[in-house]
Amino acid sequence: MGEFLNIFIKSAFIENMVLAYFLGMCSFLAVSKTLSTATGLGLAVIFVLGITMPINWVINEYVLIPAELEFLRFILFIAVIASTVQLVEMVVEKFSPGLYAALGIFLPLITVNCAILGGSLFMVSREYNLTESIAFGLGGGLGWFLAIIALAAIRERIRYSNVPPALRGLGMAFLITGLMGIAFLSLTGIDPTVFAGWSGTVAE
Amino acid sequence: MAESTELRTGVVADPKKPVAEKEPLFGKKEKILITDPLLDNNPITIQVLGVCSALAVTSLVYPSLVMAVAVVFVCAFSSLLTSLMRNIIPKAVRLIVQLVIIATLVTLVNEALKVLAFPVYKQLSVYIGLIITNCIVMGRLEAFAMANKPWRAFLDGVGNGLGYGLILVAVGVVRELFGKGSLFAGSPIAMNIIGPSGDTTQYWINTAADSGIGSFFGWYANNNLMVLPAAAMFVIAVFIWIQRSYNSKLVDVS
Repeated sequence: MGEFLNIFIKSAFIENMVLAYFLGMCSFLAVSKTLSTATGLGLAVIFVLGITMPINWVINEYVLIPAELEFLRFILFIAVIASTVQLVEMVVEKFSPGLYAALGIFLPLITVNCAILGGSLFMVSREYNLTESIAFGLGGGLGWFLAIIALAAIRERIRYSNVPPALRGLGMAFLITGLMGIAFLSLTGIDPTVFAGWSGTVAE
Repeated sequence: MAESTELRTGVVADPKKPVAEKEPLFGKKEKILITDPLLDNNPITIQVLGVCSALAVTSLVYPSLVMAVAVVFVCAFSSLLTSLMRNIIPKAVRLIVQLVIIATLVTLVNEALKVLAFPVYKQLSVYIGLIITNCIVMGRLEAFAMANKPWRAFLDGVGNGLGYGLILVAVGVVRELFGKGSLFAGSPIAMNIIGPSGDTTQYWINTAADSGIGSFFGWYANNNLMVLPAAAMFVIAVFIWIQRSYNSKLVDVS
């Protein structure tokens, strides 16, 4: 459990997917104009990251590595993500129309969100085990969610400010993201072992 | 078939022009396909596509250059392949077909880089794989290659790849020059422009400096802000600012 929390906190705050690795930047910039849509997309990202990460871990560990087919990793991962998104969309539509109405339009967008594929690739290169990859998926999703609602809230506020015309919209979004990146950098000093009850070692 | 393509894309052929007229292989229209995405319709600063995967690699010029070449390759050939198959791809599964085409090409690039330039491959780590989800590649396939002939789709892919690479390398130049004082560090033509003259063996220009040609080098104290990931955002914001100041049509009015 300690290790789980350790990776969860680390991936949510210290190594934030958007602000430290620029993953999922397209939808981050495009869908952050209003707070409500940003919340919907953020929730969908947590959802899909949390589900695809363990699936990809199992595929990588029990199919790709034993069969020595690592070079097929990209194709298989993206196929898993695309089909999972499709499946999740159908299941959610059937069992929870409320959630579907909230997430509906964002789910297909997520297939091409780099944060999802990036998460799975980081999971492989950092050699996480199953629990660690679940923690990484949920934590990374939470970090992405927090970052996009923060940006959306700032952009809603800034709409009434007197920004130079050429910087309006996109230019400001880039500047704000940069400043948020520096702000999140100040979390680097946090020692995640605090959350691991001083038992685990800090994961790389 | 031609009619249904028109319906799908909303592109109406010029009625005055006879359809059978032979078009030049590289005429004015083809040239626009390459030059337009470089500036006026740049994937990053105007279309805001493909910002995702590659900003993290721009702290040095050399990896940015490799990334740019990889994206041009993937973008051009995925457009070509998709365009060749555009009439046989069922509409319902077209996204998955496109993803498989892109993923195959990216796998090729990945394996080639592993063999040809292992240090850069290590540096780029997961970002090569993330070309798959780079929105410009998918975006051009959806918007252009699915509705155009192979040669034009290929050129469009090259143009958009180049427009993307241009910004990438420009950001890389600014960040490396002001962050480290060097250019092309890590490559065979690494040169120290204004940076501290530490390891002179690494930079071929600095050997000239040490032999007394220029005391010009070595006065610059590295600006560590430029090495931070956030600096890429600032540099691009400035690019957008400059571009939109010159071209007021691009200003966001919403």
